[in-house]
Amino acid sequence: MCDSCGCSITGGNPARVVPDGRTVHTEEARAEITLAADLLAKNDHQAMHNREHFERHGVLALNLMSSPGAGKTSLLEATIEALGDELRIAVIEGDLETENDAERIRAHGVPAVQISTGNACHLDAHMVHDALHEIDLDEIDLLFIENVGNLVCPASFDLGQHRNITLLSVPEGDDKPAKYPVMFRAADLVLLAKSDLLPYLTEFSPTRAEQYLRRLATLAPFLEITTRDPEGIDPWIGWLRDQVRDMRAESGQEKTSQASREAPFSGAEGGQGHHLHHRDRRDRTHAYGGE
Amino acid sequence: MHELSVCLALLEQVQSIAQERGATRVERILLRVGPLSGVEPLLLKSAFPLAAAGTLAESAVLDIEAIPVRVHCSECGAETTARPNRLVCGRCGGFRARVISGEEMLLASLALRVPDQHPSG
Repeated sequence: MCDSCGCSITGGNPARVVPDGRTVHTEEARAEITLAADLLAKNDHQAMHNREHFERHGVLALNLMSSPGAGKTSLLEATIEALGDELRIAVIEGDLETENDAERIRAHGVPAVQISTGNACHLDAHMVHDALHEIDLDEIDLLFIENVGNLVCPASFDLGQHRNITLLSVPEGDDKPAKYPVMFRAADLVLLAKSDLLPYLTEFSPTRAEQYLRRLATLAPFLEITTRDPEGIDPWIGWLRDQVRDMRAESGQEKTSQASREAPFSGAEGGQGHHLHHRDRRDRTHAYGGE
Repeated sequence: MHELSVCLALLEQVQSIAQERGATRVERILLRVGPLSGVEPLLLKSAFPLAAAGTLAESAVLDIEAIPVRVHCSECGAETTARPNRLVCGRCGGFRARVISGEEMLLASLALRVPDQHPSG
């Protein structure tokens, strides 16, 4: 509590207690200040810094979000198996209490940094920044950030990623995009995971799930995947390759070139206006060619 | 829930603005929040006393103005209100709709108590 203004002693009374115990009455004025400050400005600033950091090192950063148990870690394991020889991958794991997910990833020979979030329901840009101290970005091409399993909170926090990927697994039901619109409209790609279960869970209609998604006025691709079949993640792998290719085309440089580190992505300082950038809350359009 | 994180970020901003202005306390905080921000006004309100404890805004009133969701259709040009889970054009049903309001999570205004430069005694 404040010792200088006496607010702890007098509550709403505008009296000032001076060090010798004398009480001095002062006039106080009420000042109204009009602002338009984003509440998450500090997080957004850190996220922008993270993104610039990724781009300086030619790293594509992807934020994976879903409910708990939708299959984010299994998808990453299968992805490492499929692309490990082609691209250098690292993973930041946001887990509540355990190192289990990070250990699963490390078993595939890929560096994984665990952010133990305790009871936190989401990752923020500062947590990701801290984890980056443990990753050599010059040694990787692709960074996956596996967010905390939660379809609500992670949607509000920009981490500095280039793309958001949201998984919807078949056992969850096809109306999730209608129930969690903020999450699903933040997605640049929606993956219908565990599609091998569709023959058993016949109440799940992929068509209906996509209709709910389209009602959010988003054109994000909607791809069915399963990690139970060697070819089951091909659409996802194809999408990933496209993203990496687009990023490299835009930087005009191969990752290994020194120039790409010094003048990343068309040299835009601060990176504003770059199409690879995560669209922040103010810039999102979700329009069909509207921009 | 993440509303406590949002509230702590809010209080950090409020505290720094109040200190900059030499305020002795913050009387009122006005936020503008849209449903597509992912933040629940009621949860923000319940997190507020916890986040505000020990700050200049400890006794402040937190008011939250709800911002409606509105979309602009680039097909038919209409501007219509929408629901968070139905963001297509309210007139033609088109998908080429752009959200023009409802994503806000803004600190809109502050009422501060600022001591007079010349105490009356």
